Amino acid sequence: MKQLLTFIRKEFYHVFRDRKTLLMLFGLPIAQIILFGFALTNEIKNAQIVVSDYSKDIATTQIINKIEASQYFDVAKSLPSHKQIEAAFKEGKIKMAVIFPENFYYDLTHQNKAQIQIIADASDINAATTLTNYVTAIVMDYQLQLVKSGTIPLQIVPEIRMLYNPEMKGEFVFIPGMMSMIMLLICVMMTSISIVREKELGTMEVLLVSPFQPLMVIFSKFVPYVIVSLINVTSILLLSWLLLHLPVKGSILLLYAESLLFIFTSLALGLLISINSKTQQTAMFISLGVTMLPTIILSGFMFPIENMPIPLQVISNIVPSKWFYIIVRSIMIKGAGFSAIWKQTLILFGMMVIILGISLKRFKIRLA
Amino acid sequence: MQETVIKTEKLTKRFGDFIAANELTFEVYKGEIFGFLGANGAGKTTAMRMLCGLSKPSSGSATIAGFDVYKQPESIKKNIGYMSQKFSLYEDLTVTENIRLYAGIYGLSDKDIKEKSEALLHQLGLENEAKKLVKELPLGWRQKLSFSVAVIHKPKIVFLDEPTGGVDPVTRRQFWDLIYDASDKGVTVFVTTHYMDEAEYCNRISIMVDGYIRALDTPAKLKEQYSAASMDEVFYGLAREAKRKAD
Repeated sequence: MKQLLTFIRKEFYHVFRDRKTLLMLFGLPIAQIILFGFALTNEIKNAQIVVSDYSKDIATTQIINKIEASQYFDVAKSLPSHKQIEAAFKEGKIKMAVIFPENFYYDLTHQNKAQIQIIADASDINAATTLTNYVTAIVMDYQLQLVKSGTIPLQIVPEIRMLYNPEMKGEFVFIPGMMSMIMLLICVMMTSISIVREKELGTMEVLLVSPFQPLMVIFSKFVPYVIVSLINVTSILLLSWLLLHLPVKGSILLLYAESLLFIFTSLALGLLISINSKTQQTAMFISLGVTMLPTIILSGFMFPIENMPIPLQVISNIVPSKWFYIIVRSIMIKGAGFSAIWKQTLILFGMMVIILGISLKRFKIRLA
Repeated sequence: MQETVIKTEKLTKRFGDFIAANELTFEVYKGEIFGFLGANGAGKTTAMRMLCGLSKPSSGSATIAGFDVYKQPESIKKNIGYMSQKFSLYEDLTVTENIRLYAGIYGLSDKDIKEKSEALLHQLGLENEAKKLVKELPLGWRQKLSFSVAVIHKPKIVFLDEPTGGVDPVTRRQFWDLIYDASDKGVTVFVTTHYMDEAEYCNRISIMVDGYIRALDTPAKLKEQYSAASMDEVFYGLAREAKRKAD
């Protein structure tokens, strides 16, 4: 135990004496939050939506047919209760709900005015805006047809409600994505570099000849980076709350627990990379290649996964940050509890166990 | 009768078809300075790695400090020290921190660590540099410090893998003073080297060629046996027979 503490202290010296890296470790998330200010819009196809038709008349049927005919939506028709719709949103099963109130056609023909309620999941702001625009366009199109065929000016008013993110802040999408990126960068890259550095300098050999357990060497390396990452999670959450006015809606404890799970997954990945690389440069490039790129492209935070070709959609499932991104988004923005994200948590946990298992096994083989 | 601290019997390491170390059989006695010579690629480092427990032998047997290399690697680790040809201190730690780290890894008590590091700093004349980062020290000092750290836990045997590479002759001589000092205190020194003048400093030396031990005796007897004027001649006479290419 005392040996371990001595060794962990040494790892802290390494991390905190390297001022430039330290500045990067803590400065990066802060700089990213402050510099942030862009949002990307993208087309969406086959979005899962629910259409609830309480009127079931000629007008609603025609509009629904139009919605169904478009390639943008994958429509489930039902008359769920408000609670059920809410639950479906929380679990991320649907992106939008279109609700026709009773007497839609009656209102339209007698009062010349009818209403449609459109509810969208605005925690994914790009998707929400695009989807509501599509539906509004379809409704307007139908309205134009009616006007042409008749003489009375008719008016359908879509009443749009942006769920979870009424002000439509793009930062909502950005913060969870950035959290996964920062943690990957620190845990994967710094760990792999720090282990490979000991190999390069020859100190690893000296440690292996000593009675200190190789597993403990690895464990000690993890400690400072876990702490640095947790500090970063805190600073990201604080900044997003104070600067961007985005509080965490769900349980903060749950968010930290899930972050810890993701941190360990990343550390395991860093260990695996360090075992397979001989120089610090190799370790760095592999780390960037297997973490940053897939996180930016395949985690869903920059580009909607729904729009990707099927092979890419399949590949996106093995990117740990995709799952962590969904988890953070659900907790932070939707205020979801564990019951809504247990599946993603399980997948992430499975990934961690597999990666850690492979690396520890390979680490032992290398020793023999 | 001298106490045997290293004893090997047909110790062999194969990498596929390549036999890096072939049936090595030798003994090393307590307090001895045992030189392990050979050209690059002759198998010195492989042999040493097996003795340290860094690499499992393919066949044969070896006992280090009375422990079996196959069955008791952990006990061996507690009783040996090691200094590699690469520099083995942490450059971004201070002199004192390095000493405390290695002493801590070997499980020395706080009181022990304090006493030892003071004695060590005094012996090396590094009292004023104690709080300096190791990277600020000249190479020669680092190497001496590195050796002192390798024997801080009073190991029965210390393995030195080409410890004086790239060091000037004066510092090398000082380094050997430290080795003699350790040897006088009963520490067995197992050292690989390229330098033939260093070979002369050893009590006994073995010369490896192509994975085999081709000669093993005191420097004086080897010179007599090969009727050579210096260790240089003995070594080159044997090394010339090598068929394997250096890597």
